[in-house]
Order: sequence, then C-alpha cells, then structure tokens
Amino acid sequence: MFATELDYRMSVCQIHLCSLLIKEHFGDIVEKVCTHLIQNGAKPLRVAAQETGLKIDQVRKALCVLVQHNIASFGLHKRGFVEYAASVEQVLLLVRYPRYIYCAKTLYGDAGELIVEEILQHGQMRMSTVVGRVTQRLSEGGQSVTNDHVKGKMEDLINTHFLQRVPAPPPDNNKAAFPELTISERDLYRVPASIEVTRGESDTSKRKRSTEDSDPQSSSKRLKIDSEEHAADEGILWHLNFDRFHKYLLDHEIVQAVSRRIDWNAAEVVRTMLRISELSKGLEDKTSHPISLNDTMRNLPKENNMKFGVVEQYFKLLSDDQTSIVTKVGETGGGSYTLDFQNACKALVVSTIESVVQERFGSKSFRIFKTLLLKKYLEQKQVEEFALIPAKEAKELLYKMFSEHFVTMQEIPRTPDHAPSRTFFLFTVDVSQVSRMLLERCYKSLANVISRRAFETKENKRLIEKSQRVEAIAASLQSHGADQSQTAEVEDMITPLEKNQLEKYRSKMSKLEQSELQVDSTIFTLGNFLRLESDS
Amino acid sequence: MAGRGRGRGRGGAMAFTAEVLGLGRGDVLPPTTSQPPPLFPPLEFRPVPLPTGDEWDYLLLLKQEFRNTMRDSPYYIKPQDKKKDIERYSDKYRMSNNSDNTIGWTPDWNRLPKELKIRVKKQGETAARSAVKAVPNLQAAKQISQKDVEVVTQRLAELEQKETEAASGDEKQEDEDEEEIDEEEYYDEEDQEEGTDYIVSYFDNGEDDVNDDDDGLDDGPIY
Repeated sequence: MFATELDYRMSVCQIHLCSLLIKEHFGDIVEKVCTHLIQNGAKPLRVAAQETGLKIDQVRKALCVLVQHNIASFGLHKRGFVEYAASVEQVLLLVRYPRYIYCAKTLYGDAGELIVEEILQHGQMRMSTVVGRVTQRLSEGGQSVTNDHVKGKMEDLINTHFLQRVPAPPPDNNKAAFPELTISERDLYRVPASIEVTRGESDTSKRKRSTEDSDPQSSSKRLKIDSEEHAADEGILWHLNFDRFHKYLLDHEIVQAVSRRIDWNAAEVVRTMLRISELSKGLEDKTSHPISLNDTMRNLPKENNMKFGVVEQYFKLLSDDQTSIVTKVGETGGGSYTLDFQNACKALVVSTIESVVQERFGSKSFRIFKTLLLKKYLEQKQVEEFALIPAKEAKELLYKMFSEHFVTMQEIPRTPDHAPSRTFFLFTVDVSQVSRMLLERCYKSLANVISRRAFETKENKRLIEKSQRVEAIAASLQSHGADQSQTAEVEDMITPLEKNQLEKYRSKMSKLEQSELQVDSTIFTLGNFLRLESDS
Repeated sequence: MAGRGRGRGRGGAMAFTAEVLGLGRGDVLPPTTSQPPPLFPPLEFRPVPLPTGDEWDYLLLLKQEFRNTMRDSPYYIKPQDKKKDIERYSDKYRMSNNSDNTIGWTPDWNRLPKELKIRVKKQGETAARSAVKAVPNLQAAKQISQKDVEVVTQRLAELEQKETEAASGDEKQEDEDEEEIDEEEYYDEEDQEEGTDYIVSYFDNGEDDVNDDDDGLDDGPIY
C-alpha cells in the first residue's frame, strides 16, 4: 500500500513545496509531521513524535488532520504496529483546490460550488452536513433555496462521479488497533437512501433509517455518541474524486486547444466526441472507443446547426492535423474516429515547451528548437542549414539551450573507440525529459512564489494588523449607528502613506497568487503528459 | 615511456577536438572565468504579463477565500499558547484556551487508529465527568450510612426494650448527630468536585493509604 506512494518520484523541490503548502493551510505543527513523513517514509506514531521533537498529542492531532484531508494514510507494519504515511501527490493538489471549486461552479452553479468548497475545507463530510451548511450559506447570501435543491445538486455530483464515498471501517472494529477501511465498487457512488438532518421529522427519518439499516455502516451510529444530531447517513462520508476532476479539466483543455488550432466548430465536434465517450470510458484510458460520424451528428448541440457535409469536413481536417488528436479507425457509420488522449497531452506539452523556449531564449533559438522537433536528430551543421542562421550564432544559441537541458545530444561513434573525430554528434529534443525538467522548475518557482508571499506578509505585518483593527472599529461603529464623520475619523487613522503601502502590498499579493494558479495549470499539463507517458 | 606516450596521445586529441567543435585557428577562445556566476544575472528577456480575465479573477478570489478559511478553521493547529508572565485568575475563563491536548473538531474516531485518540478535555465535559465520578462515591457512602442507621436503630430498639425511656432518648440524639456528620461529608466532597480539575484528579479518599500504613506497621518491626 505504501510502496506505491513512496515509489513516486519525489524531489527536493517537491518536498519543499509540500511543506510550504501544508504550513499555509494547516499550520506549523502539521507541517513538521507531514514533512517528516514525506521525507522519511511511513513511521509509527511514537517514532514520529520522537523524531520531530513534538509532543505526542500534537502529533496525534496533526495526523488526525492529515488523515481527515486524505493526505495521510495508515496501515499495519508487518511487525504489528500501525504506521502512517503521507502522500506528496495529495499535498500538491492543495494549489489546485480553487480550480476544482470553479469547475463545480461552471457545471452545477452556486450550489455545486459551495458543496465542493465545503468538502474541500473539511476533507471529508457527511452528505447531510454538506446539504445543511450549503443551504444555510446560500440563504445567507440572499438566495432562497431548499434542502432538496442542494441535495439534488449533490446527487448530480455523485452520479457524475465527481464525489465518491470515503472507504468505511468495518462495523465492529472495537478490538482492532486500527480500522481497515474498505469500500466496494458498488458502493462508491451510491447515494444513501436518506439524509434526514433535522430531528423534527422523526417519523419519516425513522422509517427511512430502517431501510438503511441493512447497510453495514449503520452500526457506527451507535458508537458516535458525542454528536447531538443523528443523521440517517451517519458514517457515510464523501470526498472529491480528484481523478474525475482532472479528467474534466483535461477535456476542457483539449477543447480549448482545438479551438485555438482550428476553430470553434472543430472544438464543438471534439467536445461532442468527448461527451459521448465520457459515459463509457475509464479514467485511465489513453484513447476513446471509436465514435462514428453519425453518432457525433446526433449528439451535436441543437443550437449548433452544422450540416452533415460540414461536420464530415471538420472530421477530415481534425484527422489530417499533425497533432493527431483525432484519428480515423474505420469506415463504419460514415467513418469512425477515436480521440487519442496521449497525443493530445503531447501536443499541449509541446506547445507549452515551445512557448517557454521562445520566451526564454528568443525567436532565433525558437527556430532552432522547432527545427529539431520536426527533424528529430540533426548534426550541428544541419541545424545551421535548416534554421537558416549563420553558423557562429547558431552554435551559440544551440549550446545555450544544450547547457540548460532543453536540447540533448546523442553520440554515435563510427569506431568502437569513441574518438570524437570519428563520432557523429546528433542534437535532439527529448520531450519527456524536457517536460520533467520544466515540471521540476515549476515546483521550484511555485515554492519561490509562496515563500515570497510569506515574506511580504511578514514585512507588512504591522500595517496589516493595523488596518484590520481599524476596519473592525469602523464596522462596529457603523453597526452602532454612528454617523459618517465618526467612521471617517477612525478611518483617518491610516495615513495616506500607509494606505499607499497597503494598496501596493495587496496588488503584489494578488499578482503572486495569480502566478501560483497559473504555474499550477502548467504543472497540470506537464503532469498529465508524464503520467500517460509513464503508463505506456 | 608508456606515460609519455599516453600524454602525447591526449594532447593530440585535444587539439583535434577544438577544431571539431568549430573553433578555428584564428578564433579567440572565451576568457576563462575564475569566479562564480552572479547571483542575479541580468534578465535578457522580461517575463510576459500574466493572462487576465474573469475566470482568473474569480479563481483568485476563491483561492484567497479558501486560504483565509483554512487559517481560521480548527484544522489549522497552532502550538499551545506560551505561559504568560503571570498566571491570571481570568485565564481559566477564557474560552479560547488553546492547549495541546484539545482538538477543535470532532473526528470520527471510528475511522482512525485507536492510538490517535486524544482524551479531549472540554470544560463542560470535565464537569459532567466529575459528576459521574461523584455518584458512586455518594452511593457507597449512602449505603454504608443506611446500613449503619439500620444497625443503630436495631440496637436502639433492643436497648429501648431493656432500658428506661429517658436513656433511650439520649441514644436517639446520638443517632441524629451521626447522620448530620454524614451529610457534612457529602457536602465536602461535592465542594471539592465543583472546584478546579486539579483536585478531582488528585483526590484520594485515603482508604488505600490507611491499608498500606497498617501493613507497614505490621510488617515493620520484624527482625
């Protein structure tokens, strides 16, 4: 169980970034514990406490938080004690949380947004609690919604596999040192029969609860005595199915890419293909199953009235494209096509790398790089000729890219003694190696951005606290019915100079955070490609 | 001999490599550097501005909000407050006492390994627990006292039969006194329970001590 998590490539940059992220979201203590677990692998409780120099209760608390947020997991060591491990991958997802929330908003509106937000804040939650809170928050925001509406949205999220059940402990684990969490395939996306929240409608909830009693989890109801409300879905917790979100985000990226490459109609065709394949394909598949032209025609949105001939043309265009996102596999049904996710990811990554090269080394270097990408292996002389750049300049540019590892070299000796005079030196671009390197740099820059933000906050701490105090005083004055002049007087406590500085600080913060989000979207693109690549 | 030969060979290769690399006779080699590259090299290409748009703006808002919520949430564990200069009486009544052995949220202990369970000490809970603790003591005390009363009353009845009315009246007075003493004992106990936690945990009814002492006295003088 842990072996796979530990085998995952971890780098110094990743670990550093993880510790910054955990520190920002869960505080210093959790950060210490989590970093220790990441660096040293699975550890039992007491050893972790000893090695981090924290109190055992602190470590306990930290582990509870980590387990709750799906970052840490526990298992039995073969010598019979419980040990804990933390997953780097999960921690790195913390940067992407806003995107999941946004994603839910675009799909399921405000209710969906709040549902995902609540669950992310708490790691895992009961359906009844989520529905209760979201309804309350929506009605506080001035929207009149019912529990049923929110519940419906949550069921939609579950049915589309965006949310899934957290593995549950066996019904009687009083004796075991740790609960063995399991979940069957069948239960993963099963909506509980009832989620009665209020205690007022005891009649209906009791009746419904008895149907749920066949569920093995229901016994946990009795064990949890400290909570006052007894919801019918006690013991059934939900968390995000991150893979599903990633799939959605990737689909979205592919559609965007096609729209940029060809046009919106082509993107619409691809979107329709994705929608058809969504129902049947697994998350890890590299290609969709064949989709025929007729099927696509039937499923195109109504408002898009493209003629059969036009769609056929678009299919031809798509399958002729050199990115080969869409490939033709047969003639049935007016021609059947598959979507190749691996090629799509590769196309996305290549264009990312190209833009990095262009911005870092300038357009002449970009020309060399592009030539290498097209021709695969080139000798130095050929590079100069194909890129149409004078020999001396080309040499300089090429070596610069070589020294920064964007370009690699392959030696092919003509004689077994590897003498340089009798060896071909072929320059080439290894896309997966470059994307690994860029991914590493992304982690590093993300860590840098976060520490810069922490530094800025520390520098301006006094000013921030002052402005918060002033705001609080002004707000309380306003609520007590003070007139304008009084509140203005309080607000004048911040001098124009300070105001200016605060403004500057805030704009810096938003810029830094914006960069975090955008670096993460690059990480997402690169990570997807490398994952599909390593599977093959 | 052999050494010289090898040296010559290497020299020849070196000279050849320079030509292969494209450095002609007349070319000036770049000067050798003896210092590390500058920490902040001049930027040749300025970074491009970040893309903007409604989507990014909204994501930024979401991010900031989420970060702030997390910082205020119970999952953000702060270390225990450091001891202040003076221990104040009011400290005890502060609601936000943040100590290491409390947890701000209720995890589902059923899902976690047993060893992680923290004995949560809440203010309301300690009171409840001390009340529970107090009950058995009281009952035990009561049973004993009731037994005593029964024994005493039985004896009193016997005495009543034997002795004169005046004498039995005195005995009754004694009985009542005994009961009053018992009641006083309960009050003492309850006072202690209602006080601070310290006394509860250190409370010792002294029964064990007495026994130990007895044993000690018995065993002591054996040589």
